[in-house]
Amino acid sequence: MLEQLAQLEAEALQALEKAQTQEDLDRWYHTYLGRKGALTAILRSLGSLPLEERPAVGARANEVKRRLEAACQARTEAVRQAQLAQELEAGALDVTLPGRPLGPGHLHITTRTLRQIYAIFAEMGFQVYEARDVETDEMNFGLLNMPPHHPAREMWDTFWITDDVLLRTHTSPGQIRVMRERYPEPIRVILPGKCYRYEQITARSEHQFFQVEGLAVGRAITMTDLIGTLTAFARRFYGAERRIRIRGSYFPFTEPSIEADIDCILCGGKGCRVCKYSGWLEIAGAGMVHPVVLANGGYDPDQWSGFAFGLGVERPAMLKYSIDDIRLFYSNDLRFLHQF
Amino acid sequence: MRVPLSWLKDYVDIPIPIPQLAERLTLAGLEVETVTYIGLPGAELPWEPDKIVVGELRAVHPHPNADRLVLAEVEYGGPAPEVVVTGAPGLLALRGQTDLHIKVAFALEGAHLYDGHAPGFQVTKLKATKIRGVPSRAMVCSEKELGLSDQHEDIIYLPDDAPVGVPLADYLGDAVLAFDIKGPFAHLYSVFGIAREVAALLDLPLKHDPRRVVERHPVSITPEPDFIVLEIADPDLCPRYSAAFIGGVRVGPSPFWMQMRLRLAGMRPISNIVDITNYVMLELGQPLHAFDYGRLRPRPGERRPAIIVRRSRPNEQMTTLDGTLRTFDGEMLLITDGGGPVAVAGVMGGLESEITDATTDILLESANFHFLSIRRTSRLLGLTSEAAQRFGRQVDPELTVPAALRAALLMAELAGGTIAPAIGDVYPGRQPLRTVELNPADVDRILGVEIPPEDIARILTALEFTVQPTTSPDTNLPMYRITVPSHRPDVTRPVDLVEEIGRVWGYDRFPPTLLRDELPPQRPNVRLECAERVRDLLVGCGLDEVITYSLVDLADEGKLYPQGPAPDPARYLRLRNPLSADRAYLRQTLLPSLLRTLRENLRFQERVAIFEIGAVYLPVEGQPLPDEPLRLGVAMTGPREPRSWLPDRQTTPLGFYDLKGVVEALLSGLGLSGAFERGQHPAFHPGRCAEVRVNGHVLGIIGELHPLVREAFDLPEGPVAALEFDLEVLIDLWGAPRRMTPISLHPPVYEDLAVVVDEETPAVRVRDLIAQTGAPLLRSVVLFDVYRGEQVGPGRKSLAYRLTYQADDRTLTDAEVARVREKIVRRLERELGATLRGAG
Ligand SMILES: [Zn+2]
Repeated sequence: MLEQLAQLEAEALQALEKAQTQEDLDRWYHTYLGRKGALTAILRSLGSLPLEERPAVGARANEVKRRLEAACQARTEAVRQAQLAQELEAGALDVTLPGRPLGPGHLHITTRTLRQIYAIFAEMGFQVYEARDVETDEMNFGLLNMPPHHPAREMWDTFWITDDVLLRTHTSPGQIRVMRERYPEPIRVILPGKCYRYEQITARSEHQFFQVEGLAVGRAITMTDLIGTLTAFARRFYGAERRIRIRGSYFPFTEPSIEADIDCILCGGKGCRVCKYSGWLEIAGAGMVHPVVLANGGYDPDQWSGFAFGLGVERPAMLKYSIDDIRLFYSNDLRFLHQF
Repeated sequence: MRVPLSWLKDYVDIPIPIPQLAERLTLAGLEVETVTYIGLPGAELPWEPDKIVVGELRAVHPHPNADRLVLAEVEYGGPAPEVVVTGAPGLLALRGQTDLHIKVAFALEGAHLYDGHAPGFQVTKLKATKIRGVPSRAMVCSEKELGLSDQHEDIIYLPDDAPVGVPLADYLGDAVLAFDIKGPFAHLYSVFGIAREVAALLDLPLKHDPRRVVERHPVSITPEPDFIVLEIADPDLCPRYSAAFIGGVRVGPSPFWMQMRLRLAGMRPISNIVDITNYVMLELGQPLHAFDYGRLRPRPGERRPAIIVRRSRPNEQMTTLDGTLRTFDGEMLLITDGGGPVAVAGVMGGLESEITDATTDILLESANFHFLSIRRTSRLLGLTSEAAQRFGRQVDPELTVPAALRAALLMAELAGGTIAPAIGDVYPGRQPLRTVELNPADVDRILGVEIPPEDIARILTALEFTVQPTTSPDTNLPMYRITVPSHRPDVTRPVDLVEEIGRVWGYDRFPPTLLRDELPPQRPNVRLECAERVRDLLVGCGLDEVITYSLVDLADEGKLYPQGPAPDPARYLRLRNPLSADRAYLRQTLLPSLLRTLRENLRFQERVAIFEIGAVYLPVEGQPLPDEPLRLGVAMTGPREPRSWLPDRQTTPLGFYDLKGVVEALLSGLGLSGAFERGQHPAFHPGRCAEVRVNGHVLGIIGELHPLVREAFDLPEGPVAALEFDLEVLIDLWGAPRRMTPISLHPPVYEDLAVVVDEETPAVRVRDLIAQTGAPLLRSVVLFDVYRGEQVGPGRKSLAYRLTYQADDRTLTDAEVARVREKIVRRLERELGATLRGAG
């Protein structure tokens, strides 16, 4: 019997060495240590041994069982390690292969630019007010201090629909609309939107473009506030190190009128082709709202004052991203739009 | 407007460098676009001070070997006169003369000049040479050689007082400021007008005032001079007409200094008489016109020729100076004589009475015309001129007599004429000077900076406003009564004065401030927020945003209706002046532009999925302005996934269900859900088109394009999924308050249910029945399989759903779930004739 046990142990240990997987191990355990296994059979047959042999054989059998179980545990651990190693080795990927393409789409560069502008002005309390594209002559010109035949009307080449209806040439008619809607509240809005001008389409000019108008009306709005607001915008949009230049100008719906320049972001003010060698880039036309316009909006110009400004949208984006052709904005070539 | 600095210096000293002057002017609203240097450092051809100097021609000797050449002996400040060989025609004429004192531009050996004979302007270095055997190492220069013009016929003859030996750059060098004057301000369209601004900006006095010529040369001014009959028939368009007579002139070239100034100012010299009218116009801003007096006719029965300023008779005609026969309408103002039109008032003279070499007597017109009339005539005739540009900006009516006298004096001096002792002047439109009350507190209120009263007074006075301190009758506070000079018709309100004060004081001195005014009420902006949310959601779904033109080709909209009828142009807003036929109508749908964009991009990539949010323009009966509702358009085509190396890539084409998935994601992102029903639209595949509703409101149409539409837009084979929604519906529905549903702590029970129904039964009916019947314990119904085939028989389909049951307050028992399931199955059987799959 003892001999049988020794033989079993040797055979079992040998078989264990061959186990390569958990399945092998399970089968081995079943064969030797399971309920119907060889060692269990021996233990069960102890009863048939003479009484005096039983303790020695029993002790030996338990020892074999312990040793086999320990060996099994060790082998199990070895197999797990081997499998892990294999899995780690076989599971290695070429991390340089491209990922599964699933990119989100892209916002139009104009939308992105508008959002930047909205965010900057929101910080200063300016909310977005949208007005219509198709306007009356009266809104686009008349109420903005340009009665019929006013020479300044020639500053804008207009698309006409009828004698009295046109495509707005600027976002300024929104000034009248918002004033008439909000009177007698103070106002701080920006008015974004499409504008249209009868201009041949070239790399520098489009017949459709975006503008953002700004309007503040209150009881203590001043030119220095306007300069401060434009300065804050320019530094937030074009960079904190920008220098701002304010110079006199003329618009029929503002008085006094100004234009705001920044030092050229391409040449830093030394002069280049983009800034026409002046070192400056115009970023906004602006001014204090003309008393006639305030009155047309319902606000008594002796009690109220206001400022207004007009910003381009495509042009700032062109400067910021070195885009040299405005037509790209409406060509909707995805090879262009995907860059933003 | 181009102003030579040398001319400006006639009126005001300029103690600062030129770039600084240009910057100061620009800041004050007189934008200097460019500064062009002539002969000075910075010029295209700087004149070397040691090599190009003022010379004096002392003698012209014959050339020993050539008839067409002479030897010019020139004094130039060197140790001895220099003898140069030249063929200049003016000098050939002087052959053999000595003791001359003619001042010339003289270039010495090594000077860089333009080559007078080469085409264009090519710089060449002057070298010593021998011409027909006579050495010559210097040169008398032509205008072209110095870069002053392209003239190379003859040399320059400088004024007699030019200082010999002085570098030419010091004597003739110049800088030309080119202004971009914004606004209708005639007072800035003259050298003197700019000088007045410079004096105000630099706080310097004006050296002299050319308008005061009348004080220095008194003349009598009369409405009835003896040389002409003056009549203004339409004083509403002609407030003033003045005229001078200069007899016995000799028409010829004007002197070099005048030609030089005209050229630098951008005008071409023509003859002394015409040049003088232009010169005085540039100087003072008053356009002048010289008539050949001999050509002016009297009215029948009168002795003196007549000038009658009147509106045209309909279809009256005249040939203008440029040789074009013009026809006038009844509103155009003409200058006529006893026989008919002789000039288009303020725009251009007539060919008949033009100054010629034979002219001896001049009638010089110096008049004032209504600016709107001039603009109208100029625009309708398509005819512009320096005169029309100024008259169209409101010229000061007080200028006519000084300008006429100034020009007449120049004609007497430079063309040998005699001035009639009287100047004719009819002035029916005389206006009293305007006064404006200025409250200094308003200056501060508008500008936000306190400008000292003495600065206010100084600035306004420098711009010729008369400043008279007063006190306000209401508040007893100090005020100014400002008298507006006649050259500033634009100044009518206090704020106009505030602008003058602000811009001259200098915006660069204004401190930027933050808005300290009350913050207006802040409002939600649902329209914008919803549109922006939609953009973000769609971009998240992998779509690219595009922005197309509002102006479209009507034919493109027609392509959406392949089986007709074509869109009725009368139902569209149409431009009266389109740029081109394909940008003539305002769009009523986004789809055509999206489909065009799709096609353009398919040239470069196989998969395109794009959207646009934008307005369409729908005319409203009885209203001048259209509705401008926002629409959302989407178009997509190509393989479902972008090309990649991964083996399980889905290459099936994007189609209806992909776009529907986008819509479901969009609506879900907005907290809404949509109902899809079979829809009809001529642009879509009849079997692959759905109408989408949200809360019962029609949102729009979604589907795959009709094959004929695909063809019409030149799109390749394969499905194109597209939709157009009324974004206003989403905006209205979006943003309703939402409440969270508590999450149950009890475990859900999952179960699969496969039912077989007739092919025609829409899946949504099955789903809705299951959901309704299973409520409230049935929490979700997800379709995970659709099967057609042998196992379910022809005309039938199997739909398999994963059902999730859950209660908030307890763990469901199998029996409870079985009861709900039983109810669902019985209802499906009863109402849809459904059978359970696998259940027999
Ligand atoms: Zn630059």
